[in-house]
Amino acid sequence: MATRLKDTDVVVIGLGAAGGVAVLPLAQAGLEVIGLEAGGAMTRRDFAPDEIRNNVRGWPMLTSHKTNQEAPTVRATASANAVQGGHPMMNAIGGTSLHYWAQHWRLNPWDFKVVSETKRRYGGSRIPKGSTVEDWPFGYDELEPYYDKIEYELGVSGQAGNVNGKIDPRGNPFEGPRKREYPMPPLRWTAFHDKMAAAAKGLGWHPFPGPAAINSRSYQNRSGCMYHGFCNTGGCHVDAKNSTAVTTVPRAQATNHFKAVTGAIVTQINVDSQGRASGVTYVSNGEEFFQPSKVVLVAGFCYENSRLLLISKSAAFPNGLSNNHGQVGKHYFSHHQGAPVTALFPFNIGAWYGLPAQGVAVDDWADDNFDHGSQDFIGGCNLWAMSDRRPISAAGMNTFGLAPSWGSQWKAFVKENADRSHSSYIQKTTLPYEENFLDLDPVVKDPLGLPVIRITGEFKENERKVAEFAQDKMEQWYRAAGAIQVVRGPVGGLMGASTHAYGGTRMGDNPETNVVNRWGMSHEVPNLGILGGSVMGTSGAHNPTHTVQALSWRTADHIVKNWKSIAPTTSQ
Amino acid sequence: MSEQSKLISRRDLLRGVGVAGVAAAAGPVSILSTPDAAAAAEPAAAQAASAAPREAFENLTAVEADLLEAIVDRLIPTDSLGPGAREARAAHYIDRALGGALASSRQAYASGLAALDRYAQASRGKGFLELSASDKDSVLMDVESGTVTPGIFAGSSAQFFTLVLNHTRQGTFGDPYYGGNSNFVGWDLLGYPGVRTMVTPADQKALEAGQLKPNHRSAYDYEGFNKATARVESHAGDMKHGD
Repeated sequence: MATRLKDTDVVVIGLGAAGGVAVLPLAQAGLEVIGLEAGGAMTRRDFAPDEIRNNVRGWPMLTSHKTNQEAPTVRATASANAVQGGHPMMNAIGGTSLHYWAQHWRLNPWDFKVVSETKRRYGGSRIPKGSTVEDWPFGYDELEPYYDKIEYELGVSGQAGNVNGKIDPRGNPFEGPRKREYPMPPLRWTAFHDKMAAAAKGLGWHPFPGPAAINSRSYQNRSGCMYHGFCNTGGCHVDAKNSTAVTTVPRAQATNHFKAVTGAIVTQINVDSQGRASGVTYVSNGEEFFQPSKVVLVAGFCYENSRLLLISKSAAFPNGLSNNHGQVGKHYFSHHQGAPVTALFPFNIGAWYGLPAQGVAVDDWADDNFDHGSQDFIGGCNLWAMSDRRPISAAGMNTFGLAPSWGSQWKAFVKENADRSHSSYIQKTTLPYEENFLDLDPVVKDPLGLPVIRITGEFKENERKVAEFAQDKMEQWYRAAGAIQVVRGPVGGLMGASTHAYGGTRMGDNPETNVVNRWGMSHEVPNLGILGGSVMGTSGAHNPTHTVQALSWRTADHIVKNWKSIAPTTSQ
Repeated sequence: MSEQSKLISRRDLLRGVGVAGVAAAAGPVSILSTPDAAAAAEPAAAQAASAAPREAFENLTAVEADLLEAIVDRLIPTDSLGPGAREARAAHYIDRALGGALASSRQAYASGLAALDRYAQASRGKGFLELSASDKDSVLMDVESGTVTPGIFAGSSAQFFTLVLNHTRQGTFGDPYYGGNSNFVGWDLLGYPGVRTMVTPADQKALEAGQLKPNHRSAYDYEGFNKATARVESHAGDMKHGD
């Protein structure tokens, strides 16, 4: 029997990038907020610049018992066998925002209107067959104030390209209009970045420094970036990476209205006789607790959000919470980040230090920033030339057919070329499809006996065509910058577990096709909100975290402003 | 438990430390046989220890250690370009990790190393250690490409090769904290100027000019970092990037 705890106003499940943001506006409004976090707390002392631990052995993900024990099973299609792999995220206060790359992009206006804009410009037949994509229930302008809020409250560095409609050629000319500049200048460039930017300009493109939730100078009494080269899958040793663990969570704690409970694994969202959320059940150190709450916010990663709803079955919701329309787990997709292009230059590029969020972006080929009249796909790609190299991964470099992978010839090759290769990072428009979805695995369970999530997904024709197009553009860019060898990776098939995972609890006005409404609250359970990439219906060609956090703040704001109508007057 | 006992007894004998020392070094291993019983269980180790003073390996047997040393020496050879995996002590890195983070690969090394030696004997008429450098390379090429006579390797010989190559690179180019990359020979080979906690614009300019002085320090030579735990298991699966 679960120990019943004292009532609270809001319980937030998960204190990562999404939940860690929402707790601040809630607590600042004076609501009593409890955050349940499966992981523990980490500090800068835990973030040693150690490639073996961080990158080779996959720490700090390994510190996360919950995600590891619940790693999804994966299959390409419904007729294939699902196999359990790893989990790309970690549990801790701050979650994966502790060690992510922290590229902090806004979506572009087109990403909110993929269907209507495609129909308007090219005709409805251009929406890929089988895709379940919808327009968002609102446009970019609605989210702009929240993007702004995140940029200033957490700290984002970057170069504005469009302030109130005025284009600044130093920034991204394709971005939606913003009300003001970033609070910090962009991260610095290396000589190689200068060279790549010059090459892009020579092609008639519009290169600019990418935005990052990393301090380019001291901000809010935290240090600027040290560029030490261990940012990729590493936490920051000087707290310059603006994870929720060093920004919103401590400030929420300072209000005295917020309490973080670590080591809490939520097993059930409970409902009352009227089908409203009544609180959550969690397990901590083998003991079961019931935390009653007026409002429940689900803020796990994409996989955990759908999973927790699907395993929270009740008389009112026999197929899982908020799933009486059968939409939980639907419209799932992971960002197509594969199909890399790798180049060899005849000179050292000085990439031993720096970070993946530091570099040159090109958005000329993203979204609908170019005419697709002669293309056979919709959407596009963000091209990104960053700085990221460590010695073990450098030793594993592509040898471009010029040397074997071991022995004296190989040794001579890496001695000369270890700092001469560069791999692109290209994010591409990815759409939801009827055939790609999440559900509960019928066989594989976690140690508590609860089923893990099963991913059924593959990249379809539109994604693969975008990938081929992106590779052409990337090769063109590398060649213009002086590359002497260029190789391409495969354009993608299986859509496995990913750090950029979307859908499952999609946001939209129509309850027949969406789980949450335009405010992020469940269509079926009025006092249940859902935060994270799981509510996003499109990916654009940029990292999701900024949008996830802007949406989280907006949902929290909505709850504060409408507290009386959202919170049940009697808690059972 | 007998496998563990043997390994510990061997380390005990070679290092000449007492049981308390063994227990401390062995960490989570809770059940230890007495040195006497363990010595009886593996007389060969005792003989090796008394006959020829050679450096201790913690987990690999003497035969396995010799084979592994010979392999890593061909993968990243010592040559006119300077030191290789042998000087980096890559085999010692692997040996130590097999008792911790790479423990799940222990059996793959036992069977793979033995199979490789059997294959050398069967195909080249000599054990791997007796072969010339070029014959060793040709055996390794067969193992790498999977063209080894069927039945000699329990699983895929190519998979075993990749395992050893990856671990050899870790032991040559990883942080010296883990026992490899001795004297920073791996980082110097690649021209990596070393772990720093701060890289100023001037440092970056010096790097680009080829004038940044190598910094020979482990991450854990810097103050303030909690030591990496030696027993984290290797991350399964081929995950996408960490952003």
